[in-house]
Parts: sequence; structure tokens; C-alpha cells
Amino acid sequence: MTGAVGNACLAVGLGAALYAAGAGVYGARSGRREFVTSARWAMYCLAGLLTIAMIMLESAYLRTDLSFKLVAQNSSHETPTFYKLTALWSSQEGSLLLWAFLLSVYSSVVLLVTRRKLREIVPWATAVLGVVAAFFLSLMIVFGQNPFAKLARAPVDGNGLEPLLRHPAMAIHPPMLYSGYVGFAIPFAFAVGALITRRTGADWIRSTRRFALVAWTLLGTGILLGALWSYSELGWGGYWAWDAVENASLMPWLLGTAFIHSVMVQEKRGMLKMWNAGLIMATFTAALIGTFLVRSGILDSIHAFGASTLGVPFLIFIGVVAIGSVVLLVSRRDSLRSEGQLESLLSRETFFLLNNLVLVVLCLVIFWGTFFPLISEAVTGTKQSWGPPMFERWTVPLALLLALLSGIGPLLTWRRASPATVRRALKWPLVATAVALGVMLVVTPAAESVTSLIMFTLIAFVLAAVAQEFLRGASARRVMARESWPAAMASLVRRNRRRYGGYLVHAGIAILFLGVAASSGFHAQKDVSLRPGQSTRIDGYTVTYRRPTAGINSDRGGTGAPISLGAVLDVRRGGDHWTMRPSRNYYKNNDGTGGVFGQYFTGDSTSEVDLRWGLKRDFWMAVQPDTTGLMKPLRELNRRFSNASERTQIAGFVALMEVYRRTAPPAQFRAIVSPMIAWIWIGGAIVLVGTLTALWPTAEARRRRAASLAAARLGRELSRA
Amino acid sequence: MDPARKRKIRLVVALTAAVVLAGALVWTSFGSATEAATPSQALHGAPGRSIEVTGKVVDGSVRRGDPLRFRVRDRNGATSIPVVYRGTIPDPFREGREVIVTGRMQNGTFVGQRDSLVTKCPSKFQSKPGGKTL
Amino acid sequence: MGRAAAAIHSAGVEYALAIVVFGLGVAFLVVRPLLRPAEREAPDQARREQLEAAKEAKYREIRDADLDHRMGKLSDEDHRETDRELRRQAIEILRQLDELAPEEAPGGPEGADARR
Repeated sequence: MTGAVGNACLAVGLGAALYAAGAGVYGARSGRREFVTSARWAMYCLAGLLTIAMIMLESAYLRTDLSFKLVAQNSSHETPTFYKLTALWSSQEGSLLLWAFLLSVYSSVVLLVTRRKLREIVPWATAVLGVVAAFFLSLMIVFGQNPFAKLARAPVDGNGLEPLLRHPAMAIHPPMLYSGYVGFAIPFAFAVGALITRRTGADWIRSTRRFALVAWTLLGTGILLGALWSYSELGWGGYWAWDAVENASLMPWLLGTAFIHSVMVQEKRGMLKMWNAGLIMATFTAALIGTFLVRSGILDSIHAFGASTLGVPFLIFIGVVAIGSVVLLVSRRDSLRSEGQLESLLSRETFFLLNNLVLVVLCLVIFWGTFFPLISEAVTGTKQSWGPPMFERWTVPLALLLALLSGIGPLLTWRRASPATVRRALKWPLVATAVALGVMLVVTPAAESVTSLIMFTLIAFVLAAVAQEFLRGASARRVMARESWPAAMASLVRRNRRRYGGYLVHAGIAILFLGVAASSGFHAQKDVSLRPGQSTRIDGYTVTYRRPTAGINSDRGGTGAPISLGAVLDVRRGGDHWTMRPSRNYYKNNDGTGGVFGQYFTGDSTSEVDLRWGLKRDFWMAVQPDTTGLMKPLRELNRRFSNASERTQIAGFVALMEVYRRTAPPAQFRAIVSPMIAWIWIGGAIVLVGTLTALWPTAEARRRRAASLAAARLGRELSRA
Repeated sequence: MDPARKRKIRLVVALTAAVVLAGALVWTSFGSATEAATPSQALHGAPGRSIEVTGKVVDGSVRRGDPLRFRVRDRNGATSIPVVYRGTIPDPFREGREVIVTGRMQNGTFVGQRDSLVTKCPSKFQSKPGGKTL
Repeated sequence: MGRAAAAIHSAGVEYALAIVVFGLGVAFLVVRPLLRPAEREAPDQARREQLEAAKEAKYREIRDADLDHRMGKLSDEDHRETDRELRRQAIEILRQLDELAPEEAPGGPEGADARR
């Protein structure tokens, strides 16, 4: 039943998507509006069908219906309910369905919002969205990635969700990331529509600006959640490793950042039309690469690529998108001419242009580094790869430059700024920066890392510039409206949401960089093997291994781990004193090697990091218990109790846990003291608040209807004068 | 200065910057990136050079302890080399999984650099459709 | 074996049934707009909406420049010039709006709606 309904949804959905594309094009070319409306309804239907499909698949996961291949692959009876639901997107088929579902929802919303606008562009945009949706649906139906595929015979139990993915951040990370990727399809589709119809003004940008901003925010949130997961779940203590997967998500985000800046130049000045259209096309292409290329295996080797079933259709699609975009851009270059000109180098648009260049170069560098294994294999025959140091060598200077630009940009005005006012605008931020630099040099050890010191200084500058914008704006309002400071501040933000929301985002990013610079420049790490009772010192802290712990079904993280081995440690510095309990979870392996008892020690195991968060510093602790001492008792248990009753076997495990606690072998510990790392997440939260501020419907839109009468009259009178 | 000439100068400056940047990127990449190799290439390559070996952990070869000892084999082959490694062991590390480790060959053994062991990112994990349960 | 075959058979029937149900539902929703006479609307409705949006954007720019001026980021002289230029553009937009339907200047979208 579930499978039949799901499959029917996909099949009918493919029909609806193709129809939407066809009807959109026909409606646009013949001018018959009813076909455009019909195409829009086809997209609504698609959203409805894919919602049903998602519900069907989730219900199969919830019931642990193991006759579904996907459920058997990455869920099981004993997987906790929450993780059963999130297991959907841990498989390739499931994430394709999620992608198509999100796309259909986004498309329906944008088509609903623009149903009475952009008459020429919308039909083509509908068609583009229909084609993209049809591509994803055909992957599921035609290219064998069917999420509803059944197994000939249902297994007794499934593999369970990969233990490493059992983490709250990882549960919402993929949908966030995908929402971001998919969201960029909307401005992309409208850009294509705008180019085809040669309506290259700012209208398509105005209608899709919010979608681009939402996509940018969700993608950024997804990236940060991934970093948070890496830091608090993976047992290495870092949050970013320049892994291909991470890079693939960062590239569209960087291009998207450039896009949401540069479209303002087109809105205000009618410039950069070609650039904006090209940028969003590149962003969407990068989003497609991010979705897929990592899963394709192409980065492992050129030769492995053919083996992936998805590789060829996806590469063709990406190629069509990229080449189609270039052809469209070139063929429409005459209608993409600038209306305005750069009037002065000392203007906000110049700095937007510079920031765009830096962001695009940053993206290109990351692209080059990520694909370097392929490039070098093609050029020299031997595969070489870029390690994190190479990435850092290139990206850190660019990031510093970006911080500088983001500090100066807001202080300038559009068109031109006179040197005198710029000097005045720069005065206080520079004074504040100098003071901050002095304090850092005297009070903190910041001078030990030159890069970090430069970064800190630039961050101080950005924050001071943003603060000055708030203060000067509020004081201007105070003078004008005779309001108190808080009221002036509130109405300032309310009346200029986009501007001040944007400033908040700048402040948030600066604070995020503060966390990055401090934690990467000044962290202390120690790997040490300790026996119970022994101590070690790190960064002035004394860490003492008190006793080992061992438990059955005792994991605090709710991951459903059967066995957890851990440690209790005391950490002490001066009067500060606390206890930490890192542990390691052991999961049953699914092929049964190791015997009834041993199978719990040959499967996956994951670090359960213990973290003490703090605004000043985090104390991070992971343990790697030594299980070699358990091997002999395990063999014994396997030999004697393999066929015993469940109760006896449980008693066997309890005894085994006792053996671990009693023998207490030395365990490997990793302790990390990271200063100010929490500010990365705090900065991220501020960015979120800032974008919400900028996205919130403006007072003016609500006022518009009431005011339009008066405005029009005023306008007529002005034009007569 | 007339606008056309100004634009030309700007274009030349931009192009020069782009070429210089691209050149630097290519130059530094080919100069300092570590060479990647399969276990069989590592076995036949020059010893003592720093390389990055990618391969699968041989079943039954892992001896946990300090140092960690295991063997990696080619993705599609049986040739394997012994590895000695100290440092953090990533959570996904396990027999049969694909790993990357940087180090050099010494007397037929691959000595890994501290903390250089990487397992493939888990978001790509596809549980194998084989196994006992299926 | 017979049961398995029956299960496959019934799955096939369910699938076919679901296709028909969903297909008819989609066909109904998609064809409905085609049967209705095309929405009648003022011919320059779309143009008007674009101009309205452009007008709002231009007003915002004027207010932005005004705020910049009051914050001291834009000198008096620059502000005068910028403001004059922006107002000229705004007036141009308003003039075009007026040209669309001279008799119902208070217009805007709701004017057209009311007439319909």
C-alpha cells in the first residue's frame, strides 16, 4: 500500500512536472495566460504529491517496514524513533526525494506569490522549475534511485542508522543544507526567465530577493550545524577539515553571499546585470555540484566515476545548466548593458564589487583545491591532494581582506562619498580599533599569533563600524522624532530593516570569525594515556582520571547504543573544579562477525565527547578505551553462552562490564582547551537574527496601500512644479 | 582621461591580477601538495618520500594499541601494506572502511604521520546492501 | 509462493489504482484553469505593478539617502545632488504610472481591483 502510493506519487509527479514545463513554455509563446495558470496548478499538484510521498516514506520508517530497501538499509527496530524519522535523508534515494520535495514546495510558494506579477518572466521560470523537478524525479524513476524500492524478502532486522549520524545537529543538518541548495533554484529560474524575455531590469531580483536570502540563511545554518556536529560528535575536536563534502557546501554559500550583495547594486543603480545573472547561475550550478558530486565518487578518482549510477545523468544535467547559462548570457549581452556607471571609487558599490571579487576568488580557490586530485591526475598522471594547510594558506588572506571590506563598506554611501565625510565616518571606528589593539597587546597573549592578531584587529574595526552605524542612526532619529534612546534604536531598525538587518549579519559574521581566529590560533591539545589515579596537565588545568565506567544501554545521548565504556575525570584549576564523563559507544555489527558477544565490539564505535561550554573557553574531552583486555573474556563468553537464554547472555554482558571496571586498563584521552569557540555558534545565531530582521515584511509594504493615494497626488504635483 | 581608455586600463589591470593569481595557485599547488597513492603504488614507489595513501583497511588486520597497527589494501585488489600509526583514530575507522593516511615508507612498513589518519566522511556512507540481515 | 505472487499482484493493482486516482486528481486541477475564460484584467496591470514596485524601491532609496545625510555620512552638497537625481527618477516613475490610466490616478492595484 505505502509503496504503491509512493510510487504512484512519483510517477504522476513526473507527469505533472513535465506538463508544467510544457504548459509554461506554450503559455509564454502563445500568450495564452490560462496555460500559465494551468502550469502553476501543476506545480501545486507536484508539491501535494511529493508531500504524500514523503509522508509515505516516513511512515514506512516509523513502522520499520523492512520490506523497503531503504528502511532495511539505514533503520532498524532498535533505532530511536527520532532517528528513524531522520534516517530518510541519510540514503541517496531518500535525499533525492527530499530535494524534489523541497523544490516543489519552494516553487509553489514563489509561483503563488508572483501569480499577478512579472507576467513575461513567470511562465519561463515555471518551465525551468518544472524541468529541474522532472530531472530529480526521473533519477528516482528511470535511473534506479527509487526510494520506495522493495526487497524480495524482508530481513529480520535492518542495519540501523549509522551511529555517527545519531546526533541532533546531524539530524537537521541535511534538510537545512538541501533547503539552501534548492532555494537557489528559485532566483536561478527567474534569472533564466528574465534573460529569455529580455526583461533584465531589477524586477526579477525584487521578486526573488527573499528566496535568495532564505536559501543563503538555511545553507549557512546547515554548514554551521555540520561544523557543530563535527566538533561535538566526531572524536577529533575540530569543526572544519576542508573535506570535499564541506567545501562543496561552502562554495554555493560564498557565491550566494556575493549574489545577495551585488543584486543591491542592480536594484539601486541598474549596474552589474550580467554579473548578477551569471552569479546566480554559477551559484545554482555549485549547489547542484554540492548536492551530488560528492556522492558520485568522482573525487576519489576519474576512473571510479563510471561505476556510479548517478554520475553520468547528473554530470550531463550540470553540464546542460552550466553551458545553457553561458549561452543565454552571451546571447542576451545586448540587453544586459548597465544603465548606470561607477561614479566614484569611493562609494558603496565599489566596495560591493570588491567584496564580490574576493568572494568569487575565494570560491574559485576552494574549487581548485577540492578538485585538485582530479586536476593533478589528469595533468601529471599522479594524484595529489590539497591538505588543510594549503587551503588555509590561500583562504586566510582572502578572509582577512573580506573582513576589512565588510568594515569599510557600510560606512560609505551609494554613488559617491566625499573624502571629508569618509574621514569623519572612519574616525571613531579607527580610534576604537586602536584602543582594542592596545588592550589586546597588553592584556592578552594575542600577539603570539600574527594572523590571529590581524584578524582580531579587523574584527574590532567591523564591530566598531557597525556600532557607530547604530548609534549615529539612533541619534539622528532622536533629533528628528524626539524619542528616547531605546525607542529611537527600535524605530531605526524597524524603519530600515534591510539595512540594519544587514549590519547585524556583519556583526554576527565578525563574531563568528572571532571564534574561529581565537580557537584556531590559541587552542591547547593533549593526547595522553592514563591509568586510573594518574593526572596530566594541560593549559594550567590538572586532569585526573578517577575511574572507568561501563554500562549497558546507558548512553546519555539517546542514540540507543547498547554498550558504553567511559571514564570519570576531575578537572581542576585554582578554585575551579568539575567532573567530566566522556565515553565511547559500541554498536552491534550487522554481519555477525565476532560471535554473539563479540559482535558488539567489532561494529561501529563512536566517541561521546564531554564538553564544558564557556564564553571564555571550552574544555573538550574524549576517551578511547582499550578493549584488548576484554577479548579473552569475550571469546570465553562466546564459547560458553552463545546458545544460552537471553537472561543469561545479559548476565554475561553485566559480568563483562564488571571486568572492564575492575581491570581498568589505561585509556587514551584527548583533551582540548579552545578559547572562545562558543562565539562561532553565537555569531551564527546573531547572523540568523540579522537575516530574520532583514526578511521581516517592512512596515512600508503594509502601509503602501493607504499611502499610495497621497503619494500619487504628491507625485503629480511635484511633476507639475 | 576618456572613459573608454579608463575602461581599457581597468580591464588590463584586472586581467593581469587574474593571471598572476591563477599562476600562483597553479605554482603552489603542484609544488607542495602531497602525492596521493594506492597501497601498491606506495609499495613500489621511492621510499622516504611523504605520500598520502588511500585504501581499504584489511579485514582482521587491526591491532589497537599504541601505536595502532593495521594493513591497507587497494580498493580493487589484494596488494596491501602494513601501517603503523600514532594519534587520533577517527570514529568511523573500522575494518573494511576506506581510509587516507599520510606518511612515508620505511623498510616495507608505512609509518603514518601523527593525527593524519582520515576516514571518508560519514555523510556519504551507504550501508552495504549485503550482510547477514539481508 | 502463491501468496508471494498474490502480494505482487495486489501491489500492482494498488499501484494502478493509485496512479488513476492521483492522475485524475491532477488532471482535474490542471485542466480547470484551461476551461475558465482567461482572467480578464486591465491590459497594463502587470506594467502598473512593476512601476509600483519600482516606485517603492525609489522611495526607499530617497529615505536611505536622507538617513545617510542625517547621520552625517552624506555631505549637504552631495545629498542635495543625490536627492535631486533620485527625486527626478521617482517623478519619472510616477509620470509613467499616471500615463497608464490618467483618469484614475489615485489608482494603484486596488483601484483596478475595484473596477473589475
